[in-house]
Amino acid sequence: MEQTPNLNYIKELSGGDTEFEKKFINVLKEEIPLEKEAFINYTTHLKYKDTADLVHKIKHKLSILGLTEDYKLAVNFEEALNRNDDALKDTFLTILHKIDTYCKTL
Amino acid sequence: MKCIIVDDEATARIIVEQLCSKIPNLEVVDSFSNAMDAMKFLNQQQVDVVFLDIHMPGFTGIDFVQTLKNPPKIVLTTSDTNFAIEAYEYEVIVDYLVKPITQERFEKAIVKVKKSLEKPISPSTTEVGISQNLGDELYINIDRRLIKIKFNEILFIEAKGDYIEVKTDKKVHRVHNTLKNIKDKLPESIFLQIHRSFVINFTKIIDIEDNSVLIEKSVIPISRSNRPELMRRLNLL
Repeated sequence: MEQTPNLNYIKELSGGDTEFEKKFINVLKEEIPLEKEAFINYTTHLKYKDTADLVHKIKHKLSILGLTEDYKLAVNFEEALNRNDDALKDTFLTILHKIDTYCKTL
Repeated sequence: MKCIIVDDEATARIIVEQLCSKIPNLEVVDSFSNAMDAMKFLNQQQVDVVFLDIHMPGFTGIDFVQTLKNPPKIVLTTSDTNFAIEAYEYEVIVDYLVKPITQERFEKAIVKVKKSLEKPISPSTTEVGISQNLGDELYINIDRRLIKIKFNEILFIEAKGDYIEVKTDKKVHRVHNTLKNIKDKLPESIFLQIHRSFVINFTKIIDIEDNSVLIEKSVIPISRSNRPELMRRLNLL
């Protein structure tokens, strides 16, 4: 079953500190669209190393948002990109769309 | 206790700041998105501990640890579990936190930091990690990480297209480099090229047949042109 993003980890960490929650959400909302754009750009131009670095960065966000299965896919994708294999790019882009859509609801 | 946070990812910095805010007497003096800025800062000011991401573009966390002359205590933060073994080769690294970091795990790291601050590092131990690379080891760059390999751990190196595979007692490291480059870095006293695709540590040879050597469980071919040099190097009865 497809996992949906959530803020459980952030809520747990905040312990009711809404300032922290807001700060985190604002950064997330700023970064995700830019990272999605960069991902599309890198994959279009076959920049495997840049894509791998970006996926590495994004995979932390996946774990923060409770997307454990997507995180595992990101780990495999990052390894594959280091071998110049981008077969998982469409699947990963779907994940990025999912997070982006979620961020817009926050 | 004063600390800084070094992570190229803004969300990660915010999270570590939040984790720190729950620890009494722990002050976050500053946060940095890259290791170079953090190094400049540490040249001006002292802190007790650095929360350091390993995987950063350009200058990695491990580069950072190796470069600092008088490093404070380091707690590594990373999304990769496979850095752990390498991390503990440096005495200044007191803990290793895998993201996403929980408050409970973070507090354990703080306990370790406090304990390590009570016993100062002996200068000889700190220097070993850096100075040994001048003698019996080399660092190989894999995914922007510098991984230390001792010469006597290397069994052989195999060329595979644009890559070389460095086979050690423990694992195989795949590096984007040439056989010639690594051969030039290895001491001739124990390494020898025996085939266009293989450089071996000939102290690791188990036995030699006509056209091959056995190292651990690998059978490695000997090219006709390299065979005389190999035979010359062996202590033949």
